[in-house]
Amino acid sequence: MAILLRGEWYDLRDLANPVRELLDGLGLPGDVDYVLWSLIASLAILTWLVLSVLAFIWIERRVVALMQNRKGPNRVGPAGLLQPVADAIKLLLKEAITTRGADRLLFWLAPIIIFIPTIVVFAVIPFGESMVLADLNVGVLFLIAVAGIMTPSVFIAGWSSNNKYALLAAMRAIAMLISYEIIQVLALLAAVIFIGSMNLQAIVSWQDEYNTWLVFILPLPLVAYIIAGAVEINRSPMDISEAESELAAGYHTEYGGIKFGFFYQAEYLAGFAIAASAVTLFFGGWTLWGLEEWIPGWIIFLGKLYGVFFVYIWSRGTLPRLRIDQLMTFAWKFMLPLMILNVLLVAAEVLIWDETGASRNVALPAIGAINATLAVALVVAWARFLGHGSGRQRGYRATLTREVGKIYYTGAEAS
Amino acid sequence: MEDTGTVVAFWILAVITVGAAVGVAAVRNLIHSVALLIVTFGGLAGLYITLSADFIAVVQVLIYIGAIAILIIFAIVLTPRAGRLNQEGFMLLPALALAVLVAGTMIFVSFDTNWAISDREGFDDTATAIGDLLLDRYALPFEIASVLLLTAIVGAILLVRPEGAEEETE
Repeated sequence: MAILLRGEWYDLRDLANPVRELLDGLGLPGDVDYVLWSLIASLAILTWLVLSVLAFIWIERRVVALMQNRKGPNRVGPAGLLQPVADAIKLLLKEAITTRGADRLLFWLAPIIIFIPTIVVFAVIPFGESMVLADLNVGVLFLIAVAGIMTPSVFIAGWSSNNKYALLAAMRAIAMLISYEIIQVLALLAAVIFIGSMNLQAIVSWQDEYNTWLVFILPLPLVAYIIAGAVEINRSPMDISEAESELAAGYHTEYGGIKFGFFYQAEYLAGFAIAASAVTLFFGGWTLWGLEEWIPGWIIFLGKLYGVFFVYIWSRGTLPRLRIDQLMTFAWKFMLPLMILNVLLVAAEVLIWDETGASRNVALPAIGAINATLAVALVVAWARFLGHGSGRQRGYRATLTREVGKIYYTGAEAS
Repeated sequence: MEDTGTVVAFWILAVITVGAAVGVAAVRNLIHSVALLIVTFGGLAGLYITLSADFIAVVQVLIYIGAIAILIIFAIVLTPRAGRLNQEGFMLLPALALAVLVAGTMIFVSFDTNWAISDREGFDDTATAIGDLLLDRYALPFEIASVLLLTAIVGAILLVRPEGAEEETE
């Protein structure tokens, strides 16, 4: 390896550098070189994604089992490690059923087109200093736009099944998706306004330069982004669009075998995509306060990514499911005004910082403290205003009891 | 558009876009027609990328595939008495005439215009350039557009509000 000969061993930290070196050594023309480079990078990302999904299916099932005082998969292979592989083989071998009267073409297409956007997102995510497939100037916008493609594909899946419940579930899922997409956009907008760039690599290097993570400065957008992400990937407590125990899988009711496997995988991949964008925007991406000089950036990035994804597993094992009307009210009446206010606040802070020219050591902690305080205050005040104060004030007793005034016992207890 | 990659990409995208656009009008099933419309939007986004207008391309995907297509789907599914087929209605001839007129005008304009070809390179960062222009030189049209959209939102809410609806009491 030429890198080792030149003594630049640290270049090996970034997996992209050896690949570039290798391709440069082949002496190919520019176009072929570029195509080969993109193919290798895409294959690497795909391999990582598949392995991660397989690993996390096992981890999620074990962790949720631990939380629910069960054992989880423990029969196939050591500690049940081969369970995801067995599941995948089972899904592949199952009969691919198409319902009578289904729109055959769209029925086949839907699992595939829902799969594409979840993979394409990773093209703009920086895994390391030079490990980014497409360093777009409009990276943040690209994340949102590509996630938006999921919405029509959900409808196509529900509609082509020729099942009225699947269609209804698809409409419900779309209503949720477009409501929370607005929140997602406003959350990312606050981050973009603060940093002043939509390039994900620039956002990471901003956080590196200022020695902070955006989560300390903008806590509310991160929380909003994680919540909106939970809706997008149908995770509890926001999983009413496909609540397994209540609705029999929602818009993909009619899908079986590997076609269902595609939906399942797409959800997982979208989860990784959301965790990846949250890490890049709010948790400093592949940097770790100078530690990236010693540890490869992609290991730091993956560590943070899995950490954020673990929050979703955790919430799935902990929180009860919300009703659809609660979800929509939460999006439109609670989150939306808060997020619009937040964007205004962040814009004002950036302007004031620019005007006063305060040093970063003063400005950043001050803005962070103000934002954290205001976030808590706004959430509490807005919840009070909407009538969700302490539970003791209202809705404490059941409605019927409240109407009647008191509980009248009958029978033996009455005497 | 000198280099081969852009030319190849342009022709592939052009064929996809035009083919899907023809399909939108020709296909019988209305939902298939919407699906083809989404393909058309995607092809247009690709064409913007070949013009190195990355911001417009991404916004095209965001607005047209993420929002307009959904709007059309809602319009189809939630309109109770509309036909589900892409039928030949009484509007066929007027629509054809209008389409021919529009196509004729555009072809005439594209041949008649003296296209000025600039030597300068494309913008590195189109988002910044567009943002500067929108909030500086074209601030007034930008604001008028947002007021128009706000009016449309309020109007839509007013339209679907039932007659004499009171404030919801709990």
